[in-house]
Amino acid sequence: MATQSKSIFSADLIVPAIKVSFVKLNPVHLWKNPVIFVTEVGAFLTTIDLIRTMATGGAASFPLQITLWLWFTVLFANFAEAMAEGRGKAQADSLRRSRTKSVANKLDTASGTTKLVAAESLRKGDLVVVTAGELIPADGEVIEGAATVNESAITGESAPVIREAGGDRSAVTGGTTVLSDRIKIRVTANPGESFMDRMIGLIEGAKRQKTPNEIALSILLSALTIVFLVVVITLKPLAVYTGPDVSAALTVTVLVSLLVCLIPTTIGGLLSAIGIAGIDRMVQKNVLAMSGRAVEAAGDVDVLLLDKTGTITLGNRQAVEFVPAPGVDERQLADAAQLSSLADETPEGRSIVVLAKEKYGIRGREVHELPNAQFVPFTAQTRMSGIDLDGRQIRKGAADSVRQHVGGKFPAPIEQSVMEISSKGGTPLVVADGDRVLGVVYLKDIVKGGLPDRFKRFRAMGIRTVMITGDNQLTAAAIAREAGVDDFLAQAKPEDKMALIRKEQAAGHLVAMTGDGTNDAPALAQADVGVAMNTGTQAAKEAGNMVDLDSNPTKLIEVVEIGKQLLMTRGALTTFSIANDVAKYFAIIPAMFAVAYAASPDQPGPLSALNVMGLGTAQSAILSAVIFNALIIIALIPLALRGVRFRAVAAASILRRNLLIYGLGGLLLPFPGIKVIDLIVNALGLV
Amino acid sequence: MTPNGWFQLALYLGVLLLLARPLGVYMAAVYEGVPSRWRRPGEVVERWMYRLCGVDPAEQMTWTRYAYGVLMFSVVSFLAVYLIQRCQALLPLNPQQLAAVTADSSFNTAISFMTNTNWQGYGGEVTMSYLSQMLALTVQNFVSAAVGMAVLVALIRGFRQTGTTGLGNFWVDLTRGTLYILLPLSFILALVLVSQGVVQTFSAYQTVPLMEAATTADGKTITEQTLPLGPAASQIAIKQLGTNGGGFYNVNSAHPFENPTPLSNFLQVLSILLIAAGLCHTFGVMVKDSRQGWALLAAMLVVFVPLTVGCALLEQQGTPQLAALGADLTASNLHPGGNMEGKETRFGIANSALWATATTAASNGSVNAMHDSFTPLGGLIPMWLMQLGEVIFGGAGSGLYGMVMFAIVTVFIAGLMVGRTPEYLGKKIEAYEMKMASIAILAPCAMVLVGTAIALMCTGGKATIFNPAVHGFSEVLYAVSSASNNNGSAVAGLGANTPFYNTLLGVAMLIGRFLTMLPVLAIAGSLSQKKHVPASAGTLPTHTPLFVVLVVAIVIIVGALNFFPALALGPIVEHLQMRA
Repeated sequence: MATQSKSIFSADLIVPAIKVSFVKLNPVHLWKNPVIFVTEVGAFLTTIDLIRTMATGGAASFPLQITLWLWFTVLFANFAEAMAEGRGKAQADSLRRSRTKSVANKLDTASGTTKLVAAESLRKGDLVVVTAGELIPADGEVIEGAATVNESAITGESAPVIREAGGDRSAVTGGTTVLSDRIKIRVTANPGESFMDRMIGLIEGAKRQKTPNEIALSILLSALTIVFLVVVITLKPLAVYTGPDVSAALTVTVLVSLLVCLIPTTIGGLLSAIGIAGIDRMVQKNVLAMSGRAVEAAGDVDVLLLDKTGTITLGNRQAVEFVPAPGVDERQLADAAQLSSLADETPEGRSIVVLAKEKYGIRGREVHELPNAQFVPFTAQTRMSGIDLDGRQIRKGAADSVRQHVGGKFPAPIEQSVMEISSKGGTPLVVADGDRVLGVVYLKDIVKGGLPDRFKRFRAMGIRTVMITGDNQLTAAAIAREAGVDDFLAQAKPEDKMALIRKEQAAGHLVAMTGDGTNDAPALAQADVGVAMNTGTQAAKEAGNMVDLDSNPTKLIEVVEIGKQLLMTRGALTTFSIANDVAKYFAIIPAMFAVAYAASPDQPGPLSALNVMGLGTAQSAILSAVIFNALIIIALIPLALRGVRFRAVAAASILRRNLLIYGLGGLLLPFPGIKVIDLIVNALGLV
Repeated sequence: MTPNGWFQLALYLGVLLLLARPLGVYMAAVYEGVPSRWRRPGEVVERWMYRLCGVDPAEQMTWTRYAYGVLMFSVVSFLAVYLIQRCQALLPLNPQQLAAVTADSSFNTAISFMTNTNWQGYGGEVTMSYLSQMLALTVQNFVSAAVGMAVLVALIRGFRQTGTTGLGNFWVDLTRGTLYILLPLSFILALVLVSQGVVQTFSAYQTVPLMEAATTADGKTITEQTLPLGPAASQIAIKQLGTNGGGFYNVNSAHPFENPTPLSNFLQVLSILLIAAGLCHTFGVMVKDSRQGWALLAAMLVVFVPLTVGCALLEQQGTPQLAALGADLTASNLHPGGNMEGKETRFGIANSALWATATTAASNGSVNAMHDSFTPLGGLIPMWLMQLGEVIFGGAGSGLYGMVMFAIVTVFIAGLMVGRTPEYLGKKIEAYEMKMASIAILAPCAMVLVGTAIALMCTGGKATIFNPAVHGFSEVLYAVSSASNNNGSAVAGLGANTPFYNTLLGVAMLIGRFLTMLPVLAIAGSLSQKKHVPASAGTLPTHTPLFVVLVVAIVIIVGALNFFPALALGPIVEHLQMRA
């Protein structure tokens, strides 16, 4: 998928969007957006008024231009939505291409033979066999075998991944390609319900439902629209009372102009674009939100549960120091440790080999160079690994196991080293030759770069970070301190995670977490925002409400930021839209009532004093306000799609900043804006 | 404004703020049911009343049940006031032998007093018997205010509680508010007012010889006048405290028997805002964060003080027309200068302007000067204060719950701007709350505009506009604004005691009262079931000066956007004409 972000206005997006803008004029579609629907009805009314004027031979220039600009207002709003949808659609199309017309080897369980069938005919529970070079026909779970799979169709990542039966890497996605080996898959999704289908649907916004905050905002906007309708409709009787000349000045065209300028067309026109763009921004970060609701909830999250391994620390521990026992040379310890780790393919083992080489220049020997060597692999019983070489028995392992191995007691300095390393958050590995303890290897969890700073910014925003780890209290505390998280849960079992989420939620917090294993599924479902890793099991992906295609747990942080940005954009544009009205009043009211109580018909009436902008004529003033109102929608489309600038600071300072820009800016900007348009309108002699 | 005027304004605000805190704490204790030695005698009365009415004081009402109580009580109140007026000729305590009040006027007055509006289409001394004044009107002065306060308390409980549907007991809140807050305060105030010369008697009107005979336009000589009397002080005390405003006499507190001295004037205008200001602190105390209450009070003051000063300055400035007639507009030690038309010389400019803004900021509506005679912009200010939805202090209880509706809308817009689902006092503000808050805020606005439009279109509406053109327009707008926002303040010059206006304004008052009260209770019901979201750095703080400014901005923008066109055709154009 396209990870590169397209520039907001590119021609291949704009042209179709323009076409769609016209299709969206259909009132049945617009009905869902009350503000723009009212605008359309208004444009329709002025059109009728225009036809009537032309039929009676009246001056049609002014009503014609107003009518055109009102239709433009509706089209611009449609265009904003079409642009947002278009960006999603482009991504969805590329996805759709990847899964056209595949076939499957369906396994008949009774006979054990396979039959070639169309992928669309597969149902939940069917078994299929996929061999190297074939497309996986549907979402499923590997029940036999292991294979390397190219998942670039959904992740954009070309490096193959391993999928195997059992464990946490058993889920496969339809549309990905098997590169090697042969696997048997149980289909877990019916056609049309697969992960890819849902993804396409979401990106296209086909089944987009309004999110809770969007609904609440729509209600506010509708209420404002209704009350402005009342304002404008009641204006006519008030004008009739005031005098026939004022009443005559309030034509349908003028009244509709006032209405459209007052109702919040700016936010009304951009509202759905903002929502779609929010999901789109998630997609660009390679996160798939299962609903807009989830994106919005991400902005509300105030507790982040972060797994230590993979999220806070780089999955593997690294050896950073050799602590020799008294009377043992450090080099001697390093040599023994390296020997014991030669056949140890775990990251920890490899890091010991590397450290010995870097620090003491002890070359990593190849196994075949030591013909007499007997490698002792790690087993759950001994919990040690090592090597038997020329009569030496070198072992390394956790302190407890090695202590038992050497007869139940360590020399005091070794015990102390073990304690010290543990308290620093490290893992001590004790190395013994026979029953002589040589020393301790200090394995350290490496905290990912930049995290403490990030967590600090979260704290400023009022978000608490909690680290979850299976480590003991001491180790957990040390890493928590180093990473700068606010809290930690040590020796956590999956059910503890669940209990913690419940506890936080009961206290009114909204919790986000990441997970990949099947045992994470209940917690993912319970959390308000559950981000499942794409490498995880099907159960985990089903339970969460987002999937991270990159399987990078740190992404949770960006998810929260995007959620906040989405809400901020809505709030900022609403404020801007309402603040704009003040200036529009000062443009339109003096123009409408210019003739009220005038001493003579050719003299301006007293209310002309309200024409603070000094706009040319009554008609140019109204036209300029309508043009400004339409153009501002276009001008703000990039902001709506990109979102307002996000900063990780406290709510109060975000508010102060946004109020200054969008509140005060919204109040002041239209004054010069309308004035400039009015100058142009008059210079061109449009009215 | 004279230094004296500034001083009086400062003194007024100082005393008001000084009293708000202890009164707020006391009212919170009353509604929380904190036992107190002082209220023990009252508790006996309370128990006795609950038993008599079959009320279980321990019952916790859901919002629908609470609303049902409010509505039933209002219906009974309406019927009682209506019937007493219709039958007053047959009832005792009617020394002047006043006839039954007409059907449409009784309808209007019954709604008016039941909704705490106290719009008066009638003239008190020539319409209402003493019994009607006391049993119908004064009783409503107490209980309609207590209903408003009860609804506010239910709303506060909605914010405070989590996971329950109970909002307290309407009957208990109603009884306690009346018994422990309104009655004692009115009793004290009435006594002080009597000491200042406000009348309190059951004797019939007195006819006395004039000191100096007067001659009417048609040459008749008048040598004696009738002095209207009656139990005025008791009604006036509660009329101010309960933000009712219905005067005992037609000219309300401009009448020397209703408001004789500067001290009585000070106490009355103080009483107008006293409970509303105190309730802000009650709010803070009851939601366990007194800063929240002060923030709302600050928002009210930020609107109130500049408008009061503005009104006083505009009145002090006078008009070119008065100057042209040779009136001395500059203040001196001998006379107040400025526009004194329709103002009492014993109150002067500053106190008339202060009263005018206080009475319209609060939904009181009593007057000590004729708003119709204010300068166009000076008169625009009281009118606009009503159009703001009676949330700047507003009615007893109703003002603050209206302000909380604005706070909810503010929190919603501002909350989105900080990137979170908005929350106020720890409760999430969602679609349902937005719907209800929108209705509560916009229903009275719509009623003002629609009502004005109807009045200006109908012959019935135009027939009794005595001032033609712009000023007549302003008068109609003022009357409908007053009724729709349950204020009750009136400008003369519009004959409102006609079947047309009695009906139109009656309906306006009902909408203004119940289309705000019911959504407020619905919000209380919805909030009470929500979880409490703990505050963090990510929460929008709602006690800061920034938030105060924001609430004020929303109140003003809503008020300005809704009424700018109408005001332009009324007071604004009148002002421009006057200055032209």
